[in-house]
Amino acid sequence: MTTNVDLPPAGAAPPSTEEVGGRRPPREKGDFGVLNVFSHGFLIVWGVLVAFPLLWMVFTSLKTDKEIFTSPWTLPSKPQFTNYVRAWDNAGIGRYFTNTLIVVIGGVLLTLLLSSMVAYVLARYTFPGSRIVYYLFIIGLAFPIFLAIVPLFFVAKNFGMTNSLPGLIVIYAAYSLPFSVFFLTAFFRTLPNQLAEAAFIDGCGHWGAFFRVMLPLAKPGLVSIGIFNVLGQWNQYLLPVVLETDPHKYMLAQGLANLAVSSGYKSDWSGLFAGLTISMLPVLVVYALFQRQVQAGMTAGALK
Amino acid sequence: MRQGRYPFIISMLLVPFVLYVVFVLSPYAQAFYISLTDWSGYTAAKTFVGMSNYSKLIHDSVFWTSVKHNLIAVVAVPVVTIALALFFATMLNVGGRKGKAAIQGVRGSAFYKVIFFFPYILSIAVVGVLWSFVYDSTDNGLINGFLKSIGLGGPVDWLGDPSIAFWAILAVMVWVSVGFYVVLFTASMGSIPRELYEAVLLDGANRWSTFWRLTLPLMWDSLQVGIIYIGIQALDLFALVNTMSAAGGSGGPDNSTQVISNYLYQTGFKFGQFGYASAMGVALCILTLLLAGLTFRVTRRERLEF
Repeated sequence: MTTNVDLPPAGAAPPSTEEVGGRRPPREKGDFGVLNVFSHGFLIVWGVLVAFPLLWMVFTSLKTDKEIFTSPWTLPSKPQFTNYVRAWDNAGIGRYFTNTLIVVIGGVLLTLLLSSMVAYVLARYTFPGSRIVYYLFIIGLAFPIFLAIVPLFFVAKNFGMTNSLPGLIVIYAAYSLPFSVFFLTAFFRTLPNQLAEAAFIDGCGHWGAFFRVMLPLAKPGLVSIGIFNVLGQWNQYLLPVVLETDPHKYMLAQGLANLAVSSGYKSDWSGLFAGLTISMLPVLVVYALFQRQVQAGMTAGALK
Repeated sequence: MRQGRYPFIISMLLVPFVLYVVFVLSPYAQAFYISLTDWSGYTAAKTFVGMSNYSKLIHDSVFWTSVKHNLIAVVAVPVVTIALALFFATMLNVGGRKGKAAIQGVRGSAFYKVIFFFPYILSIAVVGVLWSFVYDSTDNGLINGFLKSIGLGGPVDWLGDPSIAFWAILAVMVWVSVGFYVVLFTASMGSIPRELYEAVLLDGANRWSTFWRLTLPLMWDSLQVGIIYIGIQALDLFALVNTMSAAGGSGGPDNSTQVISNYLYQTGFKFGQFGYASAMGVALCILTLLLAGLTFRVTRRERLEF
């Protein structure tokens, strides 16, 4: 029995020249020649274009409303953290944040559980109709969600799943299935067969082999697809706008969009900017911690 | 192990399959039927009206405006995004070269990639809200404030001027997306063997022809995927139009930013014409499949092995 289970960690990127460190040949004179300045010039311009609106948002969120209107271009004279308190409590950002957190945690866990069950069976068992089941799951990738949105609203309504966080969890998971099944089926196919067989010989049943052997082995794939779904579900907009019409059940992006258009808050720029900053923080933290895996996981979505 | 296989398979598939059929497949299928009815939604009354929603659609000028905007987006956004991303990815990967037979990325390429990618993972609706402040029509907006500070005329009403508004929204789509394709293309450029570059450099190829003759053909697969992917995203635009367009996501001013997805949402969930909205859903679906197929066809090349 081979125990070749040294699977690459999720999102392992090939080492770039920067990181080879000591083994890099010494830079020769002229490395910072024309093209280099040229390259850096354009790259820096785009970097500034990307970063500046985001920094402006953070600084504006720390100003008084008066400062925003009189000196939009200066740093806040004294950081106004009360803007954050006001956004969190009065404007409902706290509630939207909590709602989103509940739905995304539930949605991603349910997605991972259901899609790995389907993918495992499709990848490692042959049974009549398995291809049909596979293609039925994959076909969901082909259609835009707008085609389904009207009937979906009424299906959800009939099940009492509109304006309900558990309802949204189930629906998020259902719509995450096609891609997750697709990705994980390919992943389970790459796992070594011998380990499952060894588990059977040691007396594991099918369930035991799945939960105790194969699922832990699939961890890199589950991490990739998990990150993909965390970001996708955290940023979902259409489904909550249609399914959650009660402001108590709003998701974060939806709540912010609603605050931005409701005239009462149009004047409270600082509060709204605090809300925008709050909504970006979790994504920023996830990205700062896992940027390799995020980049690999998300681009795998386009390539697989 | 054959014992207990079928009970296991069935119990593993049952729950996910039922959820998927109920919440995904059945709505897709129902949409076609609902589009043939005059359903207003809140009553059970649903009369079969045949193709009349579709003939109404053909005579609906707002729908055609939306289709036009979708088609503009589906050409403009991919062209600009892919061109910028290819340019930046080239700079990042081979921009460090200085005439010699060595190819290298610029210093700090990992850092650039991290910064560039960041907007892509933000909620597109939140990005839309932020940018509606960046575009604010007074001098308090980031862009107008900047134009004023360098002495360039009065404030521009970016989202309120029908001739600019849609382009302003498309620019945000590009702003969001470029970093993703930089990372995608960097990955595929990185997998091209260095020896090939060294060989063509020894043969005296310049950067321009190296890019067109070597880099681009060898990364064609991911370019094709990239074009289809950004094209499909540019067909949506719902979150941006819904958060940025005038009067609270109406697709205004004067439908100058209206797209099919937003028009569908308003028709169904604001005006309760669910049959008519479903017909738009079917139209959008057909458009999506047609464009994906067309792009696939046009960009098809012989696969190069290396």
